[in-house]
Amino acid sequence: MKKLLVVFALLTAPALGWANEGACGQVAKCDPVKVDLNDKPSLQRGARLFMNYCLSCHSASYMRYNRLGQDLGISEELVEKNLLFATDKVGDLMSAVMPKADARAWFGTAPPDLTLEARARGPEWIYTYLRSFYRDDKSPSGWNNTVFPNVAMPHVLYEWQGSQRAVFKKNDKGMAHFEKFEVEKPGTMPPKEFDQSMRDLTNFMVYLAEPAKLERYKIGVYVIIFLAVFFVLAYLLKKEYWKDIH
Amino acid sequence: MQKLLAWVDQRFPLTKVWEEHVSKYYAPKNFNFWYYFGSLALLMLVIQILSGIFLTMHYKPDTSLAFASVEYIMRDVPWGWLIRYLHSTGASFFFIVIYLHMFRGLMYGSYKGPRELVWILGMVLFVALMAEAFMGYLLPWGNMSYWGAQVIISLFDALPFIGPSLAEWLRGDFVVSDATLNRFFSLHVIAVPLLLALLVFLHIVALHKVGSNNPDGVEIKKKKNADGLPLDGIPFHPYYSVKDTVGVAGFLILFAAAIFFAPEMWGWFLEHDNFTVANILQTPPEIKPLWYFTPFYSILRATTDDLIKYGLLPFVLALTALTLVSVRELKTKGIVVIIAGFVVAGFFGLEAKVWGVALMGLSLILFFFLPWLDRSPVKSIRYRGWKYKTALTIFTISFVMLGYVGTQPAEGIYKMCAQIGTLVYFAFFLLMPWISTYDKTKPVPERVT
Ligand code: HEC
Ligand code: HEM
Repeated sequence: MKKLLVVFALLTAPALGWANEGACGQVAKCDPVKVDLNDKPSLQRGARLFMNYCLSCHSASYMRYNRLGQDLGISEELVEKNLLFATDKVGDLMSAVMPKADARAWFGTAPPDLTLEARARGPEWIYTYLRSFYRDDKSPSGWNNTVFPNVAMPHVLYEWQGSQRAVFKKNDKGMAHFEKFEVEKPGTMPPKEFDQSMRDLTNFMVYLAEPAKLERYKIGVYVIIFLAVFFVLAYLLKKEYWKDIH
Repeated sequence: MQKLLAWVDQRFPLTKVWEEHVSKYYAPKNFNFWYYFGSLALLMLVIQILSGIFLTMHYKPDTSLAFASVEYIMRDVPWGWLIRYLHSTGASFFFIVIYLHMFRGLMYGSYKGPRELVWILGMVLFVALMAEAFMGYLLPWGNMSYWGAQVIISLFDALPFIGPSLAEWLRGDFVVSDATLNRFFSLHVIAVPLLLALLVFLHIVALHKVGSNNPDGVEIKKKKNADGLPLDGIPFHPYYSVKDTVGVAGFLILFAAAIFFAPEMWGWFLEHDNFTVANILQTPPEIKPLWYFTPFYSILRATTDDLIKYGLLPFVLALTALTLVSVRELKTKGIVVIIAGFVVAGFFGLEAKVWGVALMGLSLILFFFLPWLDRSPVKSIRYRGWKYKTALTIFTISFVMLGYVGTQPAEGIYKMCAQIGTLVYFAFFLLMPWISTYDKTKPVPERVT
């Protein structure tokens, strides 16, 4: 029986890790990103970025402005003054500024809702995607992306990052493989700072996808401590009852 | 208090039922780890029903509202996220518990007489549970919900004659749509849970009629004391009620760890592609059901022309030959030859797709017949010979392997593993009469150890 348990454990353990491999596709690799929802300042900076640069095209329509304010410690006044672009009610859901039909006409596809993007794609994918736009004269917008080939989204943070070209190499199987980026024109932000901003944005999008994550871990610790105490008491009770059974 | 009880007892057999099923139900004293999973399955059923009641208060079974209503539960309903994770993690844990519960049955021969009905009712429960989980998975109306249901229901399209109309009848439409969502909601929320509750009741009544098996596979009712009580039995209450409480506490620690720290379980409990709303125009890169269905899904996908020609056909012929040389009764020989004839004709006459659906069904049906396929004189694995032990080990490994490859694209090495696993799966059941007859068993003790 013990042997079988070990076999079970060995069989299932590696499978857990494999489930999410290859999220960035065949061509490029995902870059690791440090997600830390306890880093409030990072979440606030990310929120600001998101409201200013993403909400014009994308919606986050399962999220309410005031919830965001409460969770990230931004007062309702500040939310109203600095973050409210698409509406004037803080209790509203975060919809996009641009009407869907217009967006479809411009980009050929409507920018998808981003509320749950971090849960659908994973933070590493988002972080890599945001930093992987490159110049491509063949695409309609002039931009392409290594983890999202032929993407319809233009490089909206172009001024910050500048423009870069992607170098591809063929591997032994003849498949194009992304090598590295070459800077074409530097942006207004040093690369380190840009990466930091994209990390903030990713961090925020992880929060956006699951606001409950802020409290989930903390509550979980207490629940498990409680259950562990309960387990010990139940075990002692069982031992007491069973002492005369042989 | 005493008076009230007497009043009730005159009108309802309360004390009698309590004694018969709890305080004077004698269970073997040697239950081990594997005997926790029955009571844990009961616990999971209660958790699913309770959390489900609260989800239903906020969920909207309408294709244009369903996805958003789930996110509303996750964000705006107080403790809604906890209720939802209890339910979504609960579904996976329910299946973990059930698979271990069934595995216990395989190890200790609990399906063998006199517990055949307990086993069969258990299998009906398992099938009902699969239906419950399948319909529940459509409700959040994510992209994988939609495409999963679309693919599985259109399997029925493959069946000859009745297929297309059956699929249409299930969906209530030509494609998965609002009509499908509404009927799945109704079935998931009331019809199947009622059936499950009834079946659990019957499962336990049947068990208490014949009494529990145990890790030694010894019938404790054979050795009784002067009062007619089994020598190796102890009353369920308080002994097993306190012991099961320990099991519940241990289990809840793991359950809570999953709920609070990994409710997605890296895509195994909540799939990434289900965090985007159902989209008729965008198929997910890989359509796959959740892990608890993938062993059976693997069998479905493994059944190709190649498998039939090089695997199943030789297998059926060999099995027929084996029956002809080793079985004495003429009637049995005749029946087996006729069945084999039809099956072989079917291999040539029917599409591989049809066989995939048929084999997936058969893989469940065979479980029902296990009590009669296994002809060993002993129950527990402790006293069986190496043949059954090896067969069970290989079966278990290939079942887990089928489950894993079912989550991967059906090509290359994965497809090959699925095909080997499929053959092993059927060989385990169909060779069981021989494995169990020719296995060299050890003597079973008189009393439990
Ligand atoms: C000018 C409009 C516009 C702006 C501004 C914009 N996007 Fe996009 N975005 C798009 C469009 C259009 C697509 C769809 C791309 C496609 O499907 O080819 C898209 C796609 C995406 C995707 C991929 C979605 C998927 O398919 O999984 C992500 C992630 C994303 N955007 C993030 C952002 C972030 C973060 C910002 C803010 C920095 C932003 N976008 C700003 C237009 C925009
Ligand atoms: C909702 C699902 C189920 C519930 C709530 C349930 C509950 C229980 C309980 C409480 C017991 C007694 C405790 C124990 O022996 O662990 C039991 C025993 C048993 N169950 Fe289940 N069960 C379920 C599903 C199944 C399934 C799917 C099977 C297998 C096909 C099964 C087969 C058995 C057998 C054979 C026994 C007797 C075991 C023995 O005496 O060794 N049950 N079940």
